[in-house]
Amino acid sequence: MTDRTAAPLLDVEHLRVSFRTEDGVVQAVDDVTFQLGEGEVLAVVGESGSGKSVTGMTLMGLTRSPNARIEGSARLRGKDLLTASDAEMRRIRGAEIAMIFQDPMTALNPVQRISTQMVEMIRAHHPDIDRTKATMQAVELMERAGIPRAAERVRSFPHEFSGGMRQRVMIAMAMSCSPAVLIADEPTTALDVTIQAQILREIKELCQEFRTAVIMVTHDLGVVADVADRALVMYAGRVVEQGTLDEVFYDAQHPYTWGLLGSITRIDRPRPHRLPAIPGLPPSLLNAPQGCHSCPEPATQLPRSRR
Amino acid sequence: MVRFAIRRLVSMIVVLAAISVLTFLIFQAIPNGDPAQRLAGRTATPETVAAIRRTWGFDKPIYDQYAITMKKVFTGKVVSYTQSLNVVDEIKRDLPVTFSLAIGAGIIWLVLGIVFGVLSALHAGGGLDRGLTVLALIGISTPVFFLAAVLLYFLAFKTGVFPNGGYVSLTDDPVQWLYHMILPWIALSVLFIGFYSRVMRSSILDTVNEDYVRTARSKGISERRVMVRHVVRNSLIPVISLWGLDFAAIIGGGAILTESAFNLPGVGNFAAQSIGRLDVPPVLVVVMFGAFFVVFFSAVVDVLYALLDPRIRLSS
Repeated sequence: MTDRTAAPLLDVEHLRVSFRTEDGVVQAVDDVTFQLGEGEVLAVVGESGSGKSVTGMTLMGLTRSPNARIEGSARLRGKDLLTASDAEMRRIRGAEIAMIFQDPMTALNPVQRISTQMVEMIRAHHPDIDRTKATMQAVELMERAGIPRAAERVRSFPHEFSGGMRQRVMIAMAMSCSPAVLIADEPTTALDVTIQAQILREIKELCQEFRTAVIMVTHDLGVVADVADRALVMYAGRVVEQGTLDEVFYDAQHPYTWGLLGSITRIDRPRPHRLPAIPGLPPSLLNAPQGCHSCPEPATQLPRSRR
Repeated sequence: MVRFAIRRLVSMIVVLAAISVLTFLIFQAIPNGDPAQRLAGRTATPETVAAIRRTWGFDKPIYDQYAITMKKVFTGKVVSYTQSLNVVDEIKRDLPVTFSLAIGAGIIWLVLGIVFGVLSALHAGGGLDRGLTVLALIGISTPVFFLAAVLLYFLAFKTGVFPNGGYVSLTDDPVQWLYHMILPWIALSVLFIGFYSRVMRSSILDTVNEDYVRTARSKGISERRVMVRHVVRNSLIPVISLWGLDFAAIIGGGAILTESAFNLPGVGNFAAQSIGRLDVPPVLVVVMFGAFFVVFFSAVVDVLYALLDPRIRLSS
């Protein structure tokens, strides 16, 4: 639990992100407000297209483009990430706030050695560290992220690593400048089920060691229950539910959260005839639904388009 | 590496055999192509023609003739029908000219193609990109003979800035060599520059959207470093492979138009003249020679590929 009276590490208020596309304006993130305390793990839950990845990318400054409109504020230790200049953002990216992406198979440059890619990140923020020393640091980080024989393997190319090992490299790289905030964008979605739990544990342990707060973007409620302190449920670009795990799991207020919780199958319960699912598709954000803004009272009907 | 070399050698032999058979057969099918007639000359009596036909073996079946010709090719004794000159010697004499043309133009079009492609991609959708796109399309659609004629007319004939065609050996006079080569290089490069800049542009625009470029940005490195280290290097791979094959084709006599327009006594010019005389042996040898270079350079490109992209292994 965070102490809400102290200034939070990251304070996101009324974040709105929209993109101009050929088909019209897509309101990907719509009035998102949340706080993240030092060392806290916040899970951002929602299905594909609910705006959770865009929220993470926007905090990194990776959605900036002539076609994007970003409003609101996101203050990291008082510094607004949304109004920071590109040069300031470059210093913050990697050093203060780092990111792990969904698909480790494509997230590393295929033609560069692991060492080159890790050293590049370390030296971008600590130019006084020479290559040899930065490589030693990279090896140490890889070992801490659970890569065996890291000293030999640091000179390998990404294609010589398995998916899980690549994600470990990404984790080691993200932690290399001990950031205050780590954004993990569905870090286990593309991995085998058997190593998902391991990777989550590595992330959690490393972040505890480095006292790094985590924004864990996921659509897996199992992940939320495993690692998060608090959860935030997003739907159609908006926050529909936010609170501690107990509040979200046992006292959900929003029908979408009920739907999400209802679609989990449990090994300790009788097997359902069919897997429960939320019917229809999420609404298109090209013409965002109007009826269900922040949903102060439980709505009975979710705005969903029928197939 | 050894297996790679062996496999390439085998495929080279297959390609050369197929190409030589095809070329040989085409000349059999061309009307008015009787080689005995050509060797005997215009005023020859039927008896002389018949005698030539017998001594050269033109009365034998086609496969025998092919075997005889190929034997001559590989022992270096093949002579042209119309001039009785040794073809291999002719090509050896013409090679430095073609190499001068191909190497100079190859470097120019590779460098400028990459530079214009990068500039275009960096300003995608903007004024510079549109300007370069128009220039590239003009370059691609301008025929070499027309461009050569325009260059010669204005820069050589009218103003005399450059010489009006011809070739000076590099070993004789390097300055004159360069002076004579500049216009041919430009004429040959323009089409390729336009083409390569388009390939480079789209390759960069594809790479920019790769996940690893986003990773690179998330590290907090400069945008310039993202472009040079992560985008451009990965975008070069398709351009390099194209370059190897185009370069090989030019060396193998593919610059017929440029060599003819600038009166450069290169391999392409030699081939053009031989075709005009329906002279089988020189054409056959030039075609095989060109095919050899294409196969050879595609092997070189594969090696370069493996150096640029560690995922590619030569042995597999």
